[in-house]
Amino acid sequence: MKNGLLIRSIEHGTVIDHITAGQALSVMRIIGIKSGTSAVVSVAMNVPSRAMGLKDIVKIEGRELDSREVDKISLISPDATINIIRDYAVVSKYTVELPSEIRGIVRCRNPNCITNSDEPVASDFTVTKNPVTLRCRYCDHIIVSDIAEQLI
Amino acid sequence: MSFSLRHVISIKDFRREDIDEIFELAERLEPVASGMPCRLLGGKLLALLFYEPSTRTRLSFDAAVKRLGGTSINLGSVEASSVAKGETLADTIRVVSGYADAIVLRHPMEGAARMASEYSRVPVINAGDGVGHHPTQTLLDLYTIKREKRLHDISVALVGDLRYGRTVHSLAYALALYGARIYLVSPPQLRMPEHIKSDLLESNIVVEETSRLEDVLTSVDVLYMTRIQRERFAEPSEYVAVAGSYRLTSEMLSDVRDDLIIMHPLPRVGEIDSSVDRTPYARYFKQSFYGVPVRMALLVKLLEGRV
Repeated sequence: MKNGLLIRSIEHGTVIDHITAGQALSVMRIIGIKSGTSAVVSVAMNVPSRAMGLKDIVKIEGRELDSREVDKISLISPDATINIIRDYAVVSKYTVELPSEIRGIVRCRNPNCITNSDEPVASDFTVTKNPVTLRCRYCDHIIVSDIAEQLI
Repeated sequence: MSFSLRHVISIKDFRREDIDEIFELAERLEPVASGMPCRLLGGKLLALLFYEPSTRTRLSFDAAVKRLGGTSINLGSVEASSVAKGETLADTIRVVSGYADAIVLRHPMEGAARMASEYSRVPVINAGDGVGHHPTQTLLDLYTIKREKRLHDISVALVGDLRYGRTVHSLAYALALYGARIYLVSPPQLRMPEHIKSDLLESNIVVEETSRLEDVLTSVDVLYMTRIQRERFAEPSEYVAVAGSYRLTSEMLSDVRDDLIIMHPLPRVGEIDSSVDRTPYARYFKQSFYGVPVRMALLVKLLEGRV
């Protein structure tokens, strides 16, 4: 397909662009798109990008993201951009922002951490960049790789 | 600045001024720790919640509050308490914080003390959470170095199990506050975790690593020995070989500095031969005594001004 669009435009919904190459499926999981979904979704993986070399893109019709979903996306793809589309036009565009602290969205990898017990306590991490590093506020355990696997 | 902490969870929560303030008070309280009557904490009640066995930590907190005129209550055995009925730690803390003026907690899970502090109406002191923190042990270790040596311009060798030993992790952070030179002496499979080493290097202190005790023996001011646990090794023969090479005897001390001090958090299981006890370098029993004035000072700092 020469000079054409790889995937078609959407009327209303969200385009998640500049996803770290290879992370589109994790983004789909974050926004709750599973097999058997009736949602209109387009996914492009390992698309050439001037800024990033390669990137992934996810377009979803009729859906906007909540802040919890955006925070999760920022953890696995800190350069992702969110485009809100209405009537085929981009009405809002922003880059995800890595929060400095995340509560209740990532499971601590330390099985002996109090946040993995039956106690009434949510997981809580401080977040630093380059690379994205999570440090558990309760047990000090550090997560730097495969964060997608630890998302709640 | 006055003491800034409401709870004592990790040594990393302390500023250097907080530590200095505790040590100044601990020194004044040493005669009380040895039996001089005192009512500084008269009427105060300390709850000792130990979900795991402990001898010296529990006894020294108990001694500390009672020497200061206060008293203590304790959980007793976990099997006989409401814990056995499945009560959460959070609920136990909410209940006990209505009975006592402060809570001392030892728990098998990392982060338990921090969570407890979020549910407690009174100060919580972490007396060990899993392989996590044990800040009062660190304070008494540091206090021992101050009293028996000095805290500025000092070189300290941490010897033994540096991978799993929570005592040495916290002590290393505390020593970094005072700009110490730290030698990490351990078998390769029990090295200090990378994230702690990188935190230490970020504080611009000298950190060197070796697996041979002989490399550092003659050049350090403080030798901090720890236990190497049998269960860390897959092969019993490997344990015997490794543990043997970190066993300190009086013969090994012929060329050490005259004013070297040797410490150990105790209990020891063969890391220090009893022949070392009679040398002028041994400080491990003094170290365990210092646990009482340090914990006294901490209790006074946490409870003073609280009705």
